[in-house]
Amino acid sequence: MSLSHFLYLSAILFTLGIFGIFLNRRNMIIILMSIELILLAVNINFVAFSHYMGDVTGQIFTFFVLAVAAAEAAIGLAILVAFFRNRSTIDVEEIDTLKG
Amino acid sequence: MVTDLLFYLFSAITVMAAVGVVTSRNQVHSVLFLILAFFNTAALFILLQAELLAALLVIVYMGAVAVLFLFVVMMLDVSFEELRKGMIQHLPLGIFVGVVILAELVVIFSGIHTPHAAGAAAAGISNSQLIGQVMFTQYLLPFEIASFILLVALIGAVVLTHRRRKGVKRQNISEQLARTREQSVALVKVASGQGAQQ
Repeated sequence: MSLSHFLYLSAILFTLGIFGIFLNRRNMIIILMSIELILLAVNINFVAFSHYMGDVTGQIFTFFVLAVAAAEAAIGLAILVAFFRNRSTIDVEEIDTLKG
Repeated sequence: MVTDLLFYLFSAITVMAAVGVVTSRNQVHSVLFLILAFFNTAALFILLQAELLAALLVIVYMGAVAVLFLFVVMMLDVSFEELRKGMIQHLPLGIFVGVVILAELVVIFSGIHTPHAAGAAAAGISNSQLIGQVMFTQYLLPFEIASFILLVALIGAVVLTHRRRKGVKRQNISEQLARTREQSVALVKVASGQGAQQ
């Protein structure tokens, strides 16, 4: 168990998050969940470096990532619910009113 | 040795759960896989001696964020089969981009040599004490800004999802308080046998 093990794990998680966004391009809920996966990969990176460099700052930054991720999930889901009320769909390809 | 085995166990479950999140047919299963991934990541954080963050991941992510996702998935009445149409079409591009990003990350990470400092904690101080000491001195301003971001998210979520329904009788407190005696009571002389009339 070394630093690079954790880095490879976070790389796999990050890639899976990106892959999920591409795969479920139309479903906004899965896209939000994929973003959570990406942020989780970032958190693993921060904590692994914090442990192996002997510096607690990485864990502090994980706190801020957690706070921002929670805010992002709340706002994203609120927008999703508001959009669903108006258009009764969550298909991302339908969200193109601003395109003109 | 044991920690190695635990690392491989937890990371294997995390990766499987992440695959489940992006590929599962049922949305509720996706959310449950997300919870599984968070839980195993919390276990990995314990292996990294970040106990406070592991607890926070369980409380904040599994207890709040994932349950929020679960509520929204169950509240929305959407045909998810319809949204999965075109998935095969996006698959090759997704695999291509994923392989490219993974290859780049592996190339970058393979160049990093592992420093062998064990643990951030100094002797005699627990992880949460250490985090508290650094967070409330050196990172006090970012901490306050984070609380402000959460406040904005709270108010924003309420404003975005609030809707005024028509036909509902609401209590208007200022109107209630502005009521005078003349508007509300009247002394009427009632003739006997006729009842009160307006």
